[in-house]
Order: sequence, then structure tokens, then C-alpha cells
Amino acid sequence: MFNFHYRLERNAMGLVLAIIFVASIGGLIEIAPLFTIDETVEDAPDMRVYTPLELAGRNIYIREGCYACHSQMIRTLRDEVERYGPYSLAVESKYDHPMLWGSKRTGPDIARLGGKYSNEWHVAHLYNPRDLVPESKMPAYRWLLRNTLKIEDLGEHLAAMRVVGVPYTDEMIANATADAYGQANPDSGQAAGVTERYGDATNVGLFDGKPETLTEMDAVVAYLQILGKLTDAAKQAEQAGVE
Amino acid sequence: MIGRRRIIVFGGRMIGQLTALERTYAAIILIVIICVGVAMAVVGRGDLLAVHGWIIAAYGMAVMVVLLRGIDAAEPWEERFREYYDDPTKVGIILSLIWGVIGMAVGVWVASLLAWPDLTFDAAWASFGRLRPVHTSGVIFGFGGNALIATSFHVLQRTTRARLPDQLSPWFVLLGYNLFCVMAATGYFMGMTQSKEYAEPEWYADLWLVIVWVVYFAIYIRTLARRREPHIYVANWYYMAFILVVAILHIVNNLAVPVSIGHAKSYSLFSGVQDAMTQWWYGHNAVAFFLTAGFLGMMYYYLPKRAGRPIYSYRMSIISFWGITFMYMWAGSHHLHYTALPHWVQTLGMVFSLVLLVPSWASAGNALLTLNGAWHKVRDDAVLRFMMLAAIFYGIATFEGSFMAIRAVNSLSHYTDWTVGHVHVGALGWVAMITFGSFYALVPWMWKRPALYSAKLVEVHFWLALTGTVVYIFAMWNSGIIQGLMWRTFDPNGTLAYSFLDTLVAMHPYYIARAFGGLLFLAGAVVAFYNIWMTITQPAPVDEGAATDLPVEPPAPRAWAQAGE
Repeated sequence: MFNFHYRLERNAMGLVLAIIFVASIGGLIEIAPLFTIDETVEDAPDMRVYTPLELAGRNIYIREGCYACHSQMIRTLRDEVERYGPYSLAVESKYDHPMLWGSKRTGPDIARLGGKYSNEWHVAHLYNPRDLVPESKMPAYRWLLRNTLKIEDLGEHLAAMRVVGVPYTDEMIANATADAYGQANPDSGQAAGVTERYGDATNVGLFDGKPETLTEMDAVVAYLQILGKLTDAAKQAEQAGVE
Repeated sequence: MIGRRRIIVFGGRMIGQLTALERTYAAIILIVIICVGVAMAVVGRGDLLAVHGWIIAAYGMAVMVVLLRGIDAAEPWEERFREYYDDPTKVGIILSLIWGVIGMAVGVWVASLLAWPDLTFDAAWASFGRLRPVHTSGVIFGFGGNALIATSFHVLQRTTRARLPDQLSPWFVLLGYNLFCVMAATGYFMGMTQSKEYAEPEWYADLWLVIVWVVYFAIYIRTLARRREPHIYVANWYYMAFILVVAILHIVNNLAVPVSIGHAKSYSLFSGVQDAMTQWWYGHNAVAFFLTAGFLGMMYYYLPKRAGRPIYSYRMSIISFWGITFMYMWAGSHHLHYTALPHWVQTLGMVFSLVLLVPSWASAGNALLTLNGAWHKVRDDAVLRFMMLAAIFYGIATFEGSFMAIRAVNSLSHYTDWTVGHVHVGALGWVAMITFGSFYALVPWMWKRPALYSAKLVEVHFWLALTGTVVYIFAMWNSGIIQGLMWRTFDPNGTLAYSFLDTLVAMHPYYIARAFGGLLFLAGAVVAFYNIWMTITQPAPVDEGAATDLPVEPPAPRAWAQAGE
């Protein structure tokens, strides 16, 4: 073996090829099957896609680096299920490009945050977390309320998501801007189209409490309220386990 | 202190080392870069992409100004091939130190934000989520990456006894790489991120890095082809593994579809569980091949050189090299224990992480055993002591890593500060210490000085670095283990004993201690910067004969005949 190496280390290209070969094996064996083995991701026929407003909110969540302190992955441990709810299934992040499972919980896991608090609570909490939770370490995100949300190009965002495999229809892409506006303005003419395209369970509401402008706060709160709500698969799995 | 004038003179002298043809090529490349920057600014108007376009154009123009200052200089000495080409290494050392001080200072800032969250003062760019990647990329890519590029050029030439193949491509790699770092850091302030940890820069920055990296690899291969030593030295195996595997990881993990050519934003090609596995295959091996393999290359050259002793065991270095290259790539899935990742992948990740301890300790042991017979030098020479301490911390970090990869241990440690503590055992104790040790050894050789400006200041830095590291990691070990235990404590009725908030409150004193430890380490880095700067700028260089280099072999008339032997 050492004699072989004695020859190998005199050959630059041989060394290069050997490194590439030896280093490729692990990744190929662990990653490639995840795309081909069907059981990797569960079936969830009720799984829905993010609305344009929720996607915009998700992009702001990424922009602000929220994932650095909040995980979205409840592990299969008793205390986590007790604290946060049913453990996360792979299918729940099927449309997450990229996934936001996180690696650190400086704040709590928020995989099942949707519906837990009111919109007003979220707005007040994002405006200044310490008004509601004096011990909180979270930054205050006041600019979310000041910044107007950019919605003109959401159709292009949906189209890019379709390229990577999310089933957005032509109609969803064509109406993305109107749907983003409608979801945050329930009294507007555009609101009906949102539930028509994304389902009756879609949250349509004044997320930031102000009808006149569409702010980044609207989008972030809409996103936070959908966390864990794209499918019921995790709850069904938990009930099946109990029975 | 060195003035602006002297920097320009220095810059002009360096341009004089480029041949007239190379200067022309450099001007063409810079014009292309400036045009691409302006094009990005036009196509991406209304998007943050335009800001990056202007930054790229400004960067290109700044380099162009330096180039034009020296464009009329005389052709370089015909016999330059009798000398090594060290200008890029010198500039790389300085850039690395600048990034190091910036990155560590931002680290202290983000650590303070966790203790006193209102330091954000209502500015988006100053919030924790945007600053954190500035810290991580600043120290990993800015400090670490520049140190690797600078030292790899130095080590490559000495161990092959061949000069770098030309004078232009090393500059392309060094300055191109720093353009990537500038795009990364400025992008985070503006909120441009893919969210993938340690792979945050967006698609166009990623594409640019691929181009830079191909040229970097070409420099390696072209220099090796002209080598005058039949064997390729161990340090170069590691530098090559670093270059090659980082390329593979970078390309696969950053596959994404941009919203449009005028948008900075892109959507990752993978989603959910496949994306998580790809990300942590990348993330863990960025640690393995960027922060371990590259710096092992550094250690395998500078430690024996400084100690004046050959590497203890050639065979141990073979075993550890191939062990690391093969096994690390399996270990990423230990970041995803108990998640929605299939169980079999988690198990594979755990098993390989455990076995990985063997090659890791073979490297650490090989380094420490090399010091046998030179321990009196370790006692007296803080530079060598930096390197020894790095090897010890490397041993601690790799043991801890294998331990934390065990599923049951990971259930406690994951998502807590223990992970942060573990990372900093490696980052502060191993990566930064071996870098500072190597720089202290390298700087007098590069600038042909008899010694560093102050050996005392190296001692001061050593103790600041060691104390800072110890304070930091003990704070994080404590807070991580306490929080992990509090999360999983049930009271006798079977309900959770502590709310999340209870555990957060318990972290507060440790967050203050951590910021203090980081501050000590930063202070050490500032001392290092001052000491090295004074070494460089102190007058009266000694006779060049003081350099310890072996001479370059002049190229044989038919040097290309040996290429690829």
C-alpha cells in the first residue's frame, strides 16, 4: 500500500483523480438515493403551495436571517413534541426552496407557529419583542412596518419556483401581484381570487392592521401564520400513532 | 505608519513584476470586470443586484488605478525564474489579517447583541440576522480563505522548488477571491442571502467564485508540472484536496434558479429533505476541506519548518490524509439526527463520524510527535507554541465532533450553544492559532527581516488568544448543556418543567462571558496585526542571504518534457 502511494504521490493528475474519486463516494451514496427512494417523502394530497404574499414573507424571513435563531424542524423526541407539537415530516418542507430547518434555537422552534397567536400579537412582537416578552433576545423589526412590500415581480418569483418543481399554475403566476394585494386586503376586489386559487382555508386578512398600504409586515405575518399549516399530514400521522 | 504614497510605490513596484503582456491581459480582464459590473447595474436596476454591479465596477476600477500607476515600469528582470514569486503571498497575508480583525470584531458585536439585543438601534443592516453571516463569512472566507491562498502559494513553490507559472494568475485568484468576499459581506448587510449556512452568497457571486477557483486549481497543476522535486509533499495533498473538494461542494450546494437575470434573488434547485442533506453535506465538508484540510496543509509545512524537525511519520500522514478525504464526506448527516431525514442516512453519518476520529488523531498526533526533541523550543518560542496549541485544539475539536455525532449525545447538544462552542474550539483554537503561528513564521521570511518586530507581543497575543478561547468555549459548553438539559426536563407530573423563556434567561450570564472571551481573542488579533505591520514597515531590511529558502532550480531547457511525469 505504501509502495503504491510512493508512486501515486509522484503523479499530480493521478493524485487529483484519486482525491475526486475517494471524496465523491460518500455524497453519492447518501444523497442520490434521497431523490429515488419513494418513502423518503411522505404522500400528502392536501399539501398546498405558498401564496405569493406568503412567499414574499418567506423571502423577508430569509433576508433578515431569522433562520439563524429559529429552527423549523421538530425532532422525534418526547420533549420536543410536547413543547412544539407533532414532529416534522419531510413532506412539510417539500416546497421549501431552500429548506429552513435551521441549526440553532436561540429562539424557539417555529415549525408549528401558524395560528398560535393573533396577527396583532405578531405585529406588536415584531415591532418590539420586549414589549410583550421582556426577557426576549430578538431584535426589533420596526422597518417591516415602514417598508412597502414589492409585489410587481412576484409572478417572476412564482415562475422560478415552478422551474425548480413547485406546481404553480399559469393562472397563479399571471395573478401573483393581484393575489398578494388581495390576501392582505379582504375588502378589495382581488381577495376572492386568492381563496379561489389557493383554497378556502387560506388566511385572508389585514395582517398589519392597516388597509391602505401593503407593507413587509403584512407578508411576514402571513408567512408566520402558515407555518405548519400547508398540510395536515403531521397531525394525521400523530393520531394514527395514538390509535 | 506607512503612508498612501508608500502603498502606491509598493503597488507600482509589484506591477513592475508583471511582463508587458501580462499587464495588457490584466487591463483587458479589468475592463471586462468593470463592464460586467456596469451591465449588472443596468440590468438589475430597481433590484439590489444593481448595487452589487456598482461595487464590482468600483472594485475593478480601483485595481485598474493601481495597474495604471505601474503600467510603464520596466520589464521584469529576465532571470526572475531564479526567484520565487511572493508578492501575492505578501498581499494575501495583509488581506487575511484585515478580514480577520473585521470578522472577529463583528463576532464580538453579534455576541453582544445576544446579551443586549437593543444594540441594533433600529437599523436593518445592524440586526443580528444580517450581521451573523458577516461574522462567519468574514472569518471563514475572509481571514481563513486569504490565509490559505497566501500560504498555499508559498508552500507550493518551496516544496516543488518551482516558481509560480506566471505573474498574472495568482493575482487573479487573490483579488478575484476578495471580490467574492466583498460581495458576500456587503450583500449580507443589504439582506442578500441564500440562507444556506456558509454558502449564503447569491448565484452570480457563486458563479464568479467558480471561475476564480478553476484558475486557482490551474496554478497548482501548472506549478506541480514544473516541479524539480519528484515527490509531491504532504502539505500539497491537503491544499489540493481543499481546492478540489471545495469546488465540488460549492457547485452542487449552490445549484439554483435566479428569478431573472436582473434579480439577485434565486431559488435553490433542491427543497426540503434533499436540500437539507445537500446543505449539511456541504456545511460539514466546508469545515472538513476548507477549515481542516487546507489548514492541515499549513500545519504540515510550517510546524516542522519552525521546529526544525522532519514530520514524525510519513505513513501516518498517508493514512490520515486518505481517511479524512474519504470519511468526512459521509459525516454531514449527523447534523440532522432525529429530523425528517431517513434513519439510515443518519446512522451512516454517525458511524463515519466516529471512525473519523482515527485519521483526525493521526494528524494531531503526527504534529505533536514531530515536536519530540524540540520541546525546549516550544517553551521559548511563542510562535511554535501557537502551532502546538493548534494541534492540541485540533485533537480536542475532532474528539468532541465525533462525540457529538453520536445520536444520543446529539439529541442533547443539537440546536444549543454547545454546537457554537464546538465550532469555536475548531475556529479559534485550531484554525486561527495555526494561521497566526504560520504568519508569524512566514512574515520575516517574506519581507526578509531578521525577526518579528516584537517577540514579547507574540507572547501577549498567545496568552490573550488562549484565555479568550478558553473563556469562550467554557461559556458555550455550560450554556449549551444547561439549556439542553432544561429543555428535556419533565416534572413528576410528566409535564415540561421549564418554559423556553426560562432557558433563555438562564443563558444570559454565559452570553456576557462569551462576548468577553471573544473580545480577548479580538484584542490578540489586533496585537498580531500591529506586530506584523511594524515588522513589515520597520526600516533597514537585512541582507537577502538571511532567507532560509532553498534556491529555485532554474528551468531546464526542456522543462515541459517532464510535465506530467
